[in-house]
Amino acid sequence: VFQIRIHGRGGQGVVTAAELLSVAAFDEGRHAQAFPSFGSERTGAPVVAFCRIDDRPIRLREPIGEPDAIIVADPTLLGQIDVLAGLNPDGYVLLNSERAAADLIGAAADLIGGRVRPLRPGRVFVVPATRLAMEHVGRPVPNAALLGGFAAATGLVSLASVQDAIRDRFPPAVAEANVAAAAQAYHHVDAAQAYQYVDAAKAYHHVAAETMEPAHA
Amino acid sequence: MRRQIEGSRAVAETVALCRPEVICAYPISPQTHIVEALSELVKSGRLTPCEYVNVESEFAAMSVAIGASATGARAYTATASQGLLYMVEALYNAAGLGLPIVMTVANRAIGAPINIWNDHSDSMSQRDSGWIQLYAQTNQEAADLHIQAFRLAEDLSTPVMVCMDGFVLTHAYEAVDLSTQEQVDGYLPRFEPRQVLDPAEPVSIGAMVGPEAFMEVRYLAHLNQLRALERIPELAGEFATAFGRTSGGLVSPYRIDGADTVVVALGSVLGTVQDTVDELRDQGVRIGALGITTFRPFPADAIRAALANADRVIVLEKAFAVGVGGIVSADVRTALTGPELPLYTVVAGLGGRPITRQSLRGLFVNATVGRLEPLTFLDLQRELVG
Repeated sequence: VFQIRIHGRGGQGVVTAAELLSVAAFDEGRHAQAFPSFGSERTGAPVVAFCRIDDRPIRLREPIGEPDAIIVADPTLLGQIDVLAGLNPDGYVLLNSERAAADLIGAAADLIGGRVRPLRPGRVFVVPATRLAMEHVGRPVPNAALLGGFAAATGLVSLASVQDAIRDRFPPAVAEANVAAAAQAYHHVDAAQAYQYVDAAKAYHHVAAETMEPAHA
Repeated sequence: MRRQIEGSRAVAETVALCRPEVICAYPISPQTHIVEALSELVKSGRLTPCEYVNVESEFAAMSVAIGASATGARAYTATASQGLLYMVEALYNAAGLGLPIVMTVANRAIGAPINIWNDHSDSMSQRDSGWIQLYAQTNQEAADLHIQAFRLAEDLSTPVMVCMDGFVLTHAYEAVDLSTQEQVDGYLPRFEPRQVLDPAEPVSIGAMVGPEAFMEVRYLAHLNQLRALERIPELAGEFATAFGRTSGGLVSPYRIDGADTVVVALGSVLGTVQDTVDELRDQGVRIGALGITTFRPFPADAIRAALANADRVIVLEKAFAVGVGGIVSADVRTALTGPELPLYTVVAGLGGRPITRQSLRGLFVNATVGRLEPLTFLDLQRELVG
């Protein structure tokens, strides 16, 4: 089973992102389950949504505590809640930000100190999803771009499946705008991947050296 | 057709295939998506003829359902939590009048303190109302149970509650094999009421009954519910033949052959329980699970048979009777005969507290070695209660 946890704020389409991801996986012939954290979702409040993807039927109903991938729709959450909690040591992180992965992880490390875990080099990705959403959709809803980035980063689902899921969900005009945002995010992450490998490695050492040791002291 | 769909949507689409003629709705989380989806289906003309009635309260919702059903219309509504409590007076009337209303309960805790999350306190509080209660393990079963519920309700002239875990199921996207109109029409005939309120031929229903016959009315209601214990497995069997999948029935055993320990539970938690059973079986622990799909009427014989070879029983409950303990446990205890089996009541998941494999694993292992209290509150945070 592959488990994804998505963090964001109410209004960013986090729950919808988990649902669309499950539809994309389902369309590829896999079993998938998506569910929200069942909070009292309000605009701006921290929101969590979950998605499981497996080749076998999924019976488990517990929230995802040990994700294989984490998507962070709002990087300001990094300083407020432990969004990386329980991440599988080989797990992926996809952040919505204009900044480079290294800067961001470094900043997060400064902000939340010992709670940052060592991230595996090559598994940290950044996509400017809000900017892409503004360009294509005209509203700060980064979810479609994040899913495009997620498809590129993990290869778990194809961009085409993500786009089909978007088209299935929204009226044509809104759908096509989001489809375009997802596509640009996909290519952005894809193109930046080699670069991100280096940056993520730096981030890893930075975080490990400066924050991990005190945390365990 | 299999679709990746929200549980509420799957239920709404399926209810629409059952051709309800009156739907009355008052929104309350986590049930709201169901009636919202149905309102769209009515407005768009996909569900027709159907009168969709927005009411001012849950009491009105059940009252409208009663009125509609009494005139011979197939009536549906949905609610949860405090909403269910607000319709209690009318719930008993629906049952007493023998009106075949079907209602979804999107299970949610009851306040105070206010809590919108899932547990079974709402429907458990109405276990003695005379309604049949069915509990769904998955969204597939939630959808399928509604088709069976209309048939059962109309066969026996009794209302049926389909209980599905709020949020955990109602808001979960998963694959559901949605039935076709042809399949549902083949399984669920038109509603042929035995008696209707009709201005052209006036009758009174629900007139006062005094001490000379009231007990007999109640006794007959009991007999009627007991008939459901035979009818439910028949309807589940017919459903499996017609739809090609298994849903419903009285109980659903999982790996109980050779199980010394059997975990009894209701609803969606059974998925997590089954995963935990598999893990422990792999480690040589002889454990199985028993889902109670039909809670009212209580399938005592089926439960007794399923537990016949168990050495101990754990009843995992998402509700409890304050000052007493388990609700389901007490009923399971009455089903057991012969030497007293150790029976552990575990209250879990109240107010939406997640029930995890990790917690269940520890719990089940403790039970197998006799290290479990008769009444346990799973993952109770001792530091919060002093």
